[in-house]
Amino acid sequence: MSAGFNGRGIWAIYKFEMARFKRTLVQSLVTPVITTSLYFVVFGSAIGSRITEVGGVSYGAFIVPGLIMLTLFTESLSNASFGIYFPKFTGTIYELLSAPVSSAEIMLGYVGAAATKSVLLGLVILATAALFVPLHVLHPLWMAGFLLLTAVNFSLFGFIIGIWARSFEQLQFIPMLIITPLTFLGGAFYSINMLPDVWRTVTLFNPVVYLISGFRWSFYGTADVQVGISTTLSLAFTAICLVSIAWIFRTGYRLKN
Amino acid sequence: MTSAPALEISGLGKTYAGGLQALRDVSLRIDSGEIFALLGPNGAGKTTLINIVCGIVTGTAGTVTAGGHDIVRESRAARRLIGLVPQELHTDAFESVWATVNFSRELFGLRPDTAVVEKLLRTLSLWEKRKDRIMTLSGGMKRRVMIAKALAHEPKILFLDEPTAGVDVELRRDMWQLVRGLRAQGVTIILTTHYIDEAEEMADRVGVINKGELILVEEKHTLMRKLGRRELTVQLQQSLSILPASLAGVPGLTLQASGAQLRYVFESHDENTDIPDLLQKLAASNIGYKDLHTGQSSLEDIFVDLVHRPVESRQ
Ligand SMILES: Nc1ncnc2c1ncn2[C@@H]1O[C@H](COP(=O)(O)OP(=O)(O)OP(=O)(O)O)[C@@H](O)[C@H]1O
Ligand SMILES: [Mg+2]
Repeated sequence: MSAGFNGRGIWAIYKFEMARFKRTLVQSLVTPVITTSLYFVVFGSAIGSRITEVGGVSYGAFIVPGLIMLTLFTESLSNASFGIYFPKFTGTIYELLSAPVSSAEIMLGYVGAAATKSVLLGLVILATAALFVPLHVLHPLWMAGFLLLTAVNFSLFGFIIGIWARSFEQLQFIPMLIITPLTFLGGAFYSINMLPDVWRTVTLFNPVVYLISGFRWSFYGTADVQVGISTTLSLAFTAICLVSIAWIFRTGYRLKN
Repeated sequence: MTSAPALEISGLGKTYAGGLQALRDVSLRIDSGEIFALLGPNGAGKTTLINIVCGIVTGTAGTVTAGGHDIVRESRAARRLIGLVPQELHTDAFESVWATVNFSRELFGLRPDTAVVEKLLRTLSLWEKRKDRIMTLSGGMKRRVMIAKALAHEPKILFLDEPTAGVDVELRRDMWQLVRGLRAQGVTIILTTHYIDEAEEMADRVGVINKGELILVEEKHTLMRKLGRRELTVQLQQSLSILPASLAGVPGLTLQASGAQLRYVFESHDENTDIPDLLQKLAASNIGYKDLHTGQSSLEDIFVDLVHRPVESRQ
């Protein structure tokens, strides 16, 4: 796309996506709130009665950052991937391709909207969690930073999946097959320091560990891995996604004939 | 305003990923304010051509400028000028008519303008439906919505890819009304259609594309004059069983309707038609006639003829 900037175009896409979310507002909010509450009942009460504390934090409070991350991952992925996949599926993508909006602008609209929704959901879950357990956030700015960065990262990743997918099955494939297991094995519900040495080492290859650990640190000041590594890894993830998207758009991969 | 043509296509080619060559070396210049009809059988490459110009498909050879702007290097400027109503109905099921048309306008970088959108919806008889979700509309109404979307950013060049396919008489008439109105405002219109009477009635120029090649571009009237055939039908007073010897040698002359009429076919660009000569011969052979009728072949006849004639025998 030639020089210039179509801010209105980005805003139009953003508003379009937010309107889509608004139409399904009730499901969008009720589902994660109920799921989170269930996690508290099952994990918090059942396991929490055996493990009372992890690193000086009550078990119920310990799992809150992990739960928020879990929602951020799945919601960002599904919203951003669906957002761009659907116009491909229905054919309405013709309008985006023929409009004076650059690929970067299209991406900003879709990823921006998906990330916004995820952050809002993350905050709703935080509020829900506060009903169950006493919460305190040690480093609120870092917390907000990790929340935003993770929402953006997984929305970018979702955007790539949405462009890559040729069917609804493919759209579900990566989130189900990769992200969910990685999240469950990524220390959302336990500290990896509780694992035997071998498994602890294996777990360190799971990038999700670093995201959850960093986020948890912003709450309680304790982490499984250094915060600096978490931050670096998150930013590296952003960079990888942006480079991939730039390549996709430059080649027209799976968007244009 | 400028002397740049609305559209300048040169050497355009497209080979799809599968290896199919959908366009070869197409060059075409369309002036501002023209109505240009692109005709051709299914699979000829009409949609491919339009999609390249609109940025939906990437061409594999050649260049295109719209209003003097290269569609690749100055894509923003080029695209702002262009509106597209695609062949297929693609709409957002859950959006309202009002929202989707306003979205189109903003997507093209224009300030929201409810007056423009309202006028558009009224013109297209969509105003009463503006709050309805698009999925609740009939097919014809959806097509109107797509036209409204294409016009929302007030384009200078409008592509209509088979706008009247599967459309009822009333909408068809409305559509042509609209096209005339747009032309009066100076909008250049490029349309494809399989209804040749439509092209015959509306277009200034006609292009015929076949198997990816633009085999002919001609001013409509010139085309009809050059390639059209005329025919003379003579109702005889008494039926003939065979042509008399004096007439048997005349090319293009046949006996029809069980010998009750003569049909004489000739190229309309032929200066020295032999009608007077023929009539004299009839008189000399004592063949009386009660009626004469002349006719001209339609654009449809010309088109069918062109597309089915082998390449060598053209021109
Ligand atoms: N995405 C694609 N991938 C591969 N081949 C394609 C693609 N789109 C079109 N074609 C082929 O290119 C050729 C031209 O197709 P196109 O849609 O441009 O024809 P058309 O003139 O618009 O036909 P119609 O009158 O049926 O709309 C056809 O042979 C078609 O099969
Ligand atoms: Mg077509």
